[in-house]
Amino acid sequence: MTLAALFFYGFASVCVASAFMVIAARNPVHSVLFLILAFVNAAGLFILAGAEFLAMILVVVYVGAVAVLFLFVVMMLDVDFAELRRGSLTYLPVGALVGVVLLVELVLALGSWVVTGGVTRNLAAPTPPLATLTNTEALGLVLYTRYVYFFQIAGIVLLVAMIGAIVLTLRHKPKVKRQIVADQVRRTKASAIEVRQVRPGQGL
Amino acid sequence: MDQAFDLPGLYPVLPEIALVGGAMALLMLAAFGGARAAGASNWLAIVVLGLAAVLVVATGTGKYEAFAGSFVLDDFARFMKIVTLVGSAAAILLAQESVGDQARGQYEYSVLILLSTAGMMVMISAADLIALYLGLELMSLALYVIAASERDSLRSSEAGLKYFVLGALSSGMLLYGSSLVYGFSGTVGFAGIARALAGGDSGIGLTIGLVFIFAGLCFKVSAVPFHMWTPDVYEGAPTYVTAFFAAAPKVAAMAVFMRTATNAFAPIVVQWQQIIVFVAIASMALGAFAAIGQTNIKRLMAYSSIGHMGFALVGLSAATPEGLQGVAIYMAIYMAMTLGAFACILAMRRADGAVEQIADLAGLARRSPTVAFFLAMLLFSLAGIPPLAGFFAKFYVFLAAIKAGLYALAVIGVITSVIGAYYYLLIIKVMYFDEPAPAFEPMRGELRMVLGVSGLFVLLFFIYPRPVVEAAALAAKSLF
Amino acid sequence: MLQAYLPILIFIAVALIMGGVVILAGRVLGPHRPDSAKLSPYECGFEAFEDARMKFDVRYYLVAILFIIFDLEIAFLFPWAVALNEIGMFGFVSMMVFLGILTVGFIYEWKKGALEWE
Repeated sequence: MTLAALFFYGFASVCVASAFMVIAARNPVHSVLFLILAFVNAAGLFILAGAEFLAMILVVVYVGAVAVLFLFVVMMLDVDFAELRRGSLTYLPVGALVGVVLLVELVLALGSWVVTGGVTRNLAAPTPPLATLTNTEALGLVLYTRYVYFFQIAGIVLLVAMIGAIVLTLRHKPKVKRQIVADQVRRTKASAIEVRQVRPGQGL
Repeated sequence: MDQAFDLPGLYPVLPEIALVGGAMALLMLAAFGGARAAGASNWLAIVVLGLAAVLVVATGTGKYEAFAGSFVLDDFARFMKIVTLVGSAAAILLAQESVGDQARGQYEYSVLILLSTAGMMVMISAADLIALYLGLELMSLALYVIAASERDSLRSSEAGLKYFVLGALSSGMLLYGSSLVYGFSGTVGFAGIARALAGGDSGIGLTIGLVFIFAGLCFKVSAVPFHMWTPDVYEGAPTYVTAFFAAAPKVAAMAVFMRTATNAFAPIVVQWQQIIVFVAIASMALGAFAAIGQTNIKRLMAYSSIGHMGFALVGLSAATPEGLQGVAIYMAIYMAMTLGAFACILAMRRADGAVEQIADLAGLARRSPTVAFFLAMLLFSLAGIPPLAGFFAKFYVFLAAIKAGLYALAVIGVITSVIGAYYYLLIIKVMYFDEPAPAFEPMRGELRMVLGVSGLFVLLFFIYPRPVVEAAALAAKSLF
Repeated sequence: MLQAYLPILIFIAVALIMGGVVILAGRVLGPHRPDSAKLSPYECGFEAFEDARMKFDVRYYLVAILFIIFDLEIAFLFPWAVALNEIGMFGFVSMMVFLGILTVGFIYEWKKGALEWE
């Protein structure tokens, strides 16, 4: 168990440190790389907590897709980040104050946290022990039947995201020539070649 | 395994299914049908909204639950859903663009409104925190997109971005609160949370969770101190989008606020009452004072809506059936007034494009007396002058506050509403007594229709208020 | 359960050591003579004309975000595939409805030409 605790503190401290570096790094590309590091460490924490499926999804979706999209945007935008960030230090005291307030509230809340009998009685679907059922299967057993309502709403949210991305970014350029294979195939000698008699001295 | 879902169990969810199915059918139709189908999409969307409203009414009375209690359809949900559907339909009518603006009239607008309305319906019927959050996200995501939908306008993009960033922040707060509540009560269902709170073994965690959830909801109804996005987004977004923002989403967010407060957090009413009282006073005061200096009518409407949310929250802070009845009436009347006012703002258009300064309204009474009369009535009603509908709206919430012993709150409410009357009267003065500004283009038929209906509703409400008042009373009763 | 992750742990350890050793070896063994000219940008002998960063077309972003949406869809498919035997017809139909919703979106983006590169 001490080994697990050791890893917990390892992952947690690297996670917090890299989260700090995300906002402190000068180069935005470095920020995104630190963000990826934070995600990976969070995935490690999930594994320690027994949430394997979440850990894997975090790696697949966040590290594999979202962070890559971030890198994309950071490299794509022609923004002088140093210029953008100038003066952001003036907001530091306010931001720090909000952060400290949140931290104090969290400590207060968690300090008094005990799993009472009421809590376990209230649970809608208790997590099965890992020895009998893997995370993924436990999720699969309830997500598509008991929680079908939420599952379908999630699908609709994804649909809105799809429509939104297209509405906001798709812009067809006029006068773009595309290859239309069918037209090329349909082209015959009769439709493509025209024979003309050219008279000497007159041209066409 | 509980797989006890049969098709009859889906009966109360039919309106939502109709909305989503209609939106997808519309999307396919417009994608395949070409320009003509796309042109008809707005009318088809209104038909879909109408169908959903019919399905809501067809469920009759009584309380239905679906999906293991995550979805609840009671009289309150029915009342709020009808109001929301009417608001969305009116917003689509307002968006019917004139021929010159064909480029803007993308069919995605009506599809997104339908999906957003489906999100609102999910919110109104939400009886647990996950449904609440998913409904809220579904609604907001579509709203972010339509706020930024005018891509060539810098201000529209800015409005969309601002709304998105602050909206994401508020969703984060809501989630943070929800996770605390879940951790301390062991459930996300409202009934279970109330049980855990009544059991008393909650500690401070549930209270902190409550504060964060309320903060997230305050953002959605744009109540002070979470109002800062409102003026910028209202001003920057295209006017017909602003009209939508001011109406249906506010109603849905207020509905979910009411249900969360009364169903989930009923046992700690003393604690959330303080929050709501503070938020109501701050919103009313800011709405009254900050609007005075505005020259842009859309910004003015933003501050006006902040103030009105404050008045509606007065009813919620009473935490009695009368108070919630007042809020329900308030939201219905507020929506009618706002949509009518926005119909007039959308009609402020000259040959060289839309204008939105209050000074442009100068002398409207001489140019088009009917429009000026209706707008004046709506403004009087927004100010709360009897015998117009807006007066009754305020009357019911203040009455409930006094009955609940919140005398100071009621007095502050009356004072701020008197101060707020100043800027509405100022607009009427500009319309009736100032030298005429250049004339506007003639008003479109759809705008006339919305203005006429809402104007008549506001004018004639006092003759026969029974249907709305009684429906609201039933609605409020079903929450307790 | 955590024992199952031992190979990954060893892998991370080896990666850390290897990376550290290589960097350290370069530091220690290689000649270290810093010079400002070595750090300056070099563009065929001229001073650099402009920033290396340039604007990309927003369509790259569109492709990436559409990818993410389908990536998330895949995330929902994993538990379904694992539990399909247990959840029966209802689970099957509910996934088909979910996929149907996303297919509508897919048809829409196809018809809109969002997948075409121009």
